[in-house]
Amino acid sequence: MTQPLLDVAGVQKTYTGSGRTVEAVRDLTFSVGDGELVCIVGPSGAGKTTLLKCIAGLLEPTAGTVTLAGARVDGPPEAMAVVFQEYGRSLYPWLTVEGNVELPLKQKKLDKARRRELVRDALEAVGLADVHSAYPWQLSGGMQQRVAIARAVAYEPKVLLMDEPFAAVDAQTRADLEDLIRSLWHKLGVTILFVTHDIDESVYLGQRVLVLSSSPTVIMEDLTIDLPDERTQLETRSSPRFADLRGHVYEQIQLAKHRKGDQHQRDEVATGSHRAGQPTVAADPGH
Amino acid sequence: MNPVLRWGRTLGFALTLPVILVTLWWVWSADSTNYYAPPLQTILTTFGDVWFSERLRADVLPSVTRLAIGYTGAVVVGVGLGVLLGANRTLRRVTEPVLEFFRAIPPPALIPILFLFAGIGDTAKVIVIVSGAVWPVLLNTVEGVRAVDDVLSDTSRSYGITGLARLRHLVLPAASPQIVAGMRQALSISIILMVISEMFASTNGLGFSVIQFQRSFAIPEMWSGILLLGLLGFVLSLLFQLFERRSLRWYHGLRRSQRGEN
Repeated sequence: MTQPLLDVAGVQKTYTGSGRTVEAVRDLTFSVGDGELVCIVGPSGAGKTTLLKCIAGLLEPTAGTVTLAGARVDGPPEAMAVVFQEYGRSLYPWLTVEGNVELPLKQKKLDKARRRELVRDALEAVGLADVHSAYPWQLSGGMQQRVAIARAVAYEPKVLLMDEPFAAVDAQTRADLEDLIRSLWHKLGVTILFVTHDIDESVYLGQRVLVLSSSPTVIMEDLTIDLPDERTQLETRSSPRFADLRGHVYEQIQLAKHRKGDQHQRDEVATGSHRAGQPTVAADPGH
Repeated sequence: MNPVLRWGRTLGFALTLPVILVTLWWVWSADSTNYYAPPLQTILTTFGDVWFSERLRADVLPSVTRLAIGYTGAVVVGVGLGVLLGANRTLRRVTEPVLEFFRAIPPPALIPILFLFAGIGDTAKVIVIVSGAVWPVLLNTVEGVRAVDDVLSDTSRSYGITGLARLRHLVLPAASPQIVAGMRQALSISIILMVISEMFASTNGLGFSVIQFQRSFAIPEMWSGILLLGLLGFVLSLLFQLFERRSLRWYHGLRRSQRGEN
């Protein structure tokens, strides 16, 4: 494996409020190498969004650390860009497509020529070169998410975080966008951490798949996806190896649904779990 | 339908009722012998004589200036305080009851007090306008700032758009539909307060003129002053609509697309 670029060590997140505490993320440790494409898959309410926000520096973990290229993350780092699931709420509706992609670059204090170049290239890369002067709300859902991806790409991040980016688009668009992510990844050499609840998607996209348990969340498995690097919707998805892998992840997820993080830890790590038996509360704010 | 024709139809619909009303007024008042309700023809003739003269500079200009300064002041103070309160929950909770109380006081009721403290000059009148017109702007701005979308807020933060940049690129544009709605209410309140404060105590202005004419039984002149005030309000509201259509084009488009989808 290449050297780790992103290191997540013992991250735990507990929400406290109105007399009760909800442990959304129990104890997560993993690292992502430079240039890797890693998918995180877990059941609904597994604290995936919480985890992603901790990594992005948008939430402070209760315990543990996130390290990006050797520097501890204690706020959104400049070398990271996030693509959210809710494309309709993550684009500035008062700015055109071009304006949306350009705004973070202005904030980065890039000069005008460089900004224009980055905006043009990014919109071209996601296949939106001809709609730059439209407003986001004039576009279809899939196209809006392309704008959000273009904005992230133009920002030239080292790590691209994606939080269930295709959960709200139709199946056909989704397949197109998945291929877009693979091709951008090949072209740009950017490191991608892709969160999804879709097992097929995680296997199709990832070099590695991290399987999460239900909340409070731990990592159940770190699975290497040994599919060939050239993937196509038709061939890859119908290959026997793909079926094996997705079947394996599916089993893990089914297990995850029944065995909460507490039990998992108790069983696997045999720690004294003081929370065993307590009803688990879905605390993923994204759901 | 071709655009010229459509535009003509819209204009036709808009003008039909005003034309009917003015005609009725004209016909009914034509033979009026009632001293207090002179013929419309007399009022219109007087209108030209009274207002296209020295009074334009001596009375209309001071009124419009007070209105402009007071209204601008109300918008600036309202948006400024509104952003502060909207962004700070504690501050909002502390100030809310007081704000609700002040908002509940009918603005003209403050005139006697304000005139006691600030005299009856232009400053006092501007203060009256600001103190009445600031509330809708303030409260709408607070609501708008509070309602900034979480996802958009996270997005901005992750791209390093914080502090003043956040205010400029996120908070103010996101709150602009509410701010503009508050500004629209503030405009009509400003006109009302401009007139009332001038009627109360003044040496010039539109409100002052109307009252003077009434007291000196210059009835057609009084009517013409009222007509002028109506026209002023109408023109300002048209200008405001233009401003709103331009500045909130994105918002109306967004709303239309949401209605279309849902």
